[in-house]
Order: sequence, then structure tokens, then C-alpha cells
Amino acid sequence: MTFDNPIALTTSKSDETSSLNKDEKNYPLIDARGPRFGALITVIMLSLTLVLDSALPLLFQGLVFMIGATFGPQRTPYAFIFKKLIKPRLRGDVPTEDVRPPQFAQAVGLVFAIFALLGFASSSEPLFLIATSMALAAAFLNAAFNYCLGCEMYLLLTRAFKR
Amino acid sequence: MERLLPVLIVLAVASAYGLWYRASRGRVKNSARAKLIALDAKTLGGELGERATLVQFSSAFCTPCRMTRTLITDVITDMPDIRHIDIDAESHLELVRRLDIRSTPTTLFLDSAGIERGRAIGAPKRTELIEAITALKA
Repeated sequence: MTFDNPIALTTSKSDETSSLNKDEKNYPLIDARGPRFGALITVIMLSLTLVLDSALPLLFQGLVFMIGATFGPQRTPYAFIFKKLIKPRLRGDVPTEDVRPPQFAQAVGLVFAIFALLGFASSSEPLFLIATSMALAAAFLNAAFNYCLGCEMYLLLTRAFKR
Repeated sequence: MERLLPVLIVLAVASAYGLWYRASRGRVKNSARAKLIALDAKTLGGELGERATLVQFSSAFCTPCRMTRTLITDVITDMPDIRHIDIDAESHLELVRRLDIRSTPTTLFLDSAGIERGRAIGAPKRTELIEAITALKA
């Protein structure tokens, strides 16, 4: 086996810990159902934004995205509701996930929310409508289909912008 | 009620995409055109398995990558002639572009010569994974 080669991150049937696995140990594992529940409330907030044509729920959601993107999705108000009200009522195994994928999704949500708010502030209806719709679609895909935004978007973005 | 229309349109379009997403992810598909370029140990950074090699492309922002790693490791435990190589896609963009890897996890099923015979996007379903490995008997 060629562990000195930088490409060899993991080769199974070995006792060596790969760099990728070592890297992962620095990040907490969280209950994977938490971010999905958060996505459901996000869908409601962004739908309210469009239906009421109001920036208030959008502004609140933007702040939640900011907390999620900065401190992690396990620290948002939605995660708090999940821990206090939802989690105690759930049974079965707790599916866990690395905190980074949902945190990436929160950051993408924040970017959409900022554009949507800019659209509202500048009375640009198309920008407000499109950016809010993109965030709504992503949150809905996450809530309904367990969509992994980081899986689909991150490599494409890296391929496009990194040489 | 006309304000409800944009919401309904977004949810309908997202649902259609979501259904396609759910149906396509995790399926092992035969690589249609037999790619003539064989991948070797040097390119992949790990030795090829005697019978087959599973090459997984992963990234940091990817929950199913971890599941895929665990699943493959579990399935091939008693198969000494199969190897699993996990590659960080982000730090191997040249290879990623050459093989046209677009999302993670993507798993390539290589035969003993290092030629791609199959490909799975998303965490492979266990039964399809076993089938694909069995099909690589040669």
C-alpha cells in the first residue's frame, strides 16, 4: 500500500487512520434529524415571506441562517425547538451526521437571503422573488427529500472557481 | 390568493426535481462506453484490487460520504481481492475533471484492469453494491 502518496486518503483493510478521517474527528456529530426539522420551519418562513410579500419573516430567517452558518446548525433557534419539543418525542436510533454539510447549506441559505433582502430594499421584485424562491426550493428539498446541498453544489462550485 | 402562486410553483418544481433526485441517487449504473483509459495505482494513490477496485470520491460537506465509506468497508470485509480507495475530490480536481465527477459521493467500479465498468452517484444501495461487485468477477 502506498500511504506516502498524498492521494491515498483511505485504503480499507488497514490500521492506518486516513487524513480525511482524522480531519473529521475535529468536527462534532449532531442528530441529523435536527437540520431537517429546521428546514421545515425554514420552508414555512420563506413561504410566509412570499405569500405576505413581507420582509419580516425573511429577515428573521436570514438571521437564523447567519447563526447556523457561523456557529453551526445545532445552535439555531430551530435547533433549540427541536431539542426541547421534538427530540424527546422521537424513538429509534439517532442518525448522526458531521456538522459541516448542514452548516454549508445554512451558508448557502444566507447568501440567498442576503440577495432577497437586497431585492426587497431596492424594490427589485424579480431579485426578491427569485432569491427567496431559490432558498425556499433548497429548504423544501432538504425537508422533503433529505437533499444534500453540499454533495450537489460544493464540488461543482470548486470545479468552476478553483484551478 | 395570487401571492400563493409563486410558492406553489416553487414547491411543484422542487418536488419534480426531488423525485428525480431520490430515484437516481444510489443506483449503480453500467458505464455505457467502455472507457479505454485504465486507471492505475499511481493515479489513484492506492493499489488496485486483484478482482476489482471501488474508487470513492468524497468531500467535507457531504453526509452520505461517511455512510458510503462505512457501507463499502462493511461489504468488502471478507473480500481480500476487492479494494476501496477513498479520494478527497476537492484536492484532486484534475482527476475529478478527467473522470467528470460532479457530486459526492461518486463511486467508480473498476475491474481488475482498472477500467471503469460502473458508477454510482450518491450512497449506493447495499443490494446494488453487492450485485455490482459480484458482476465484476473476472
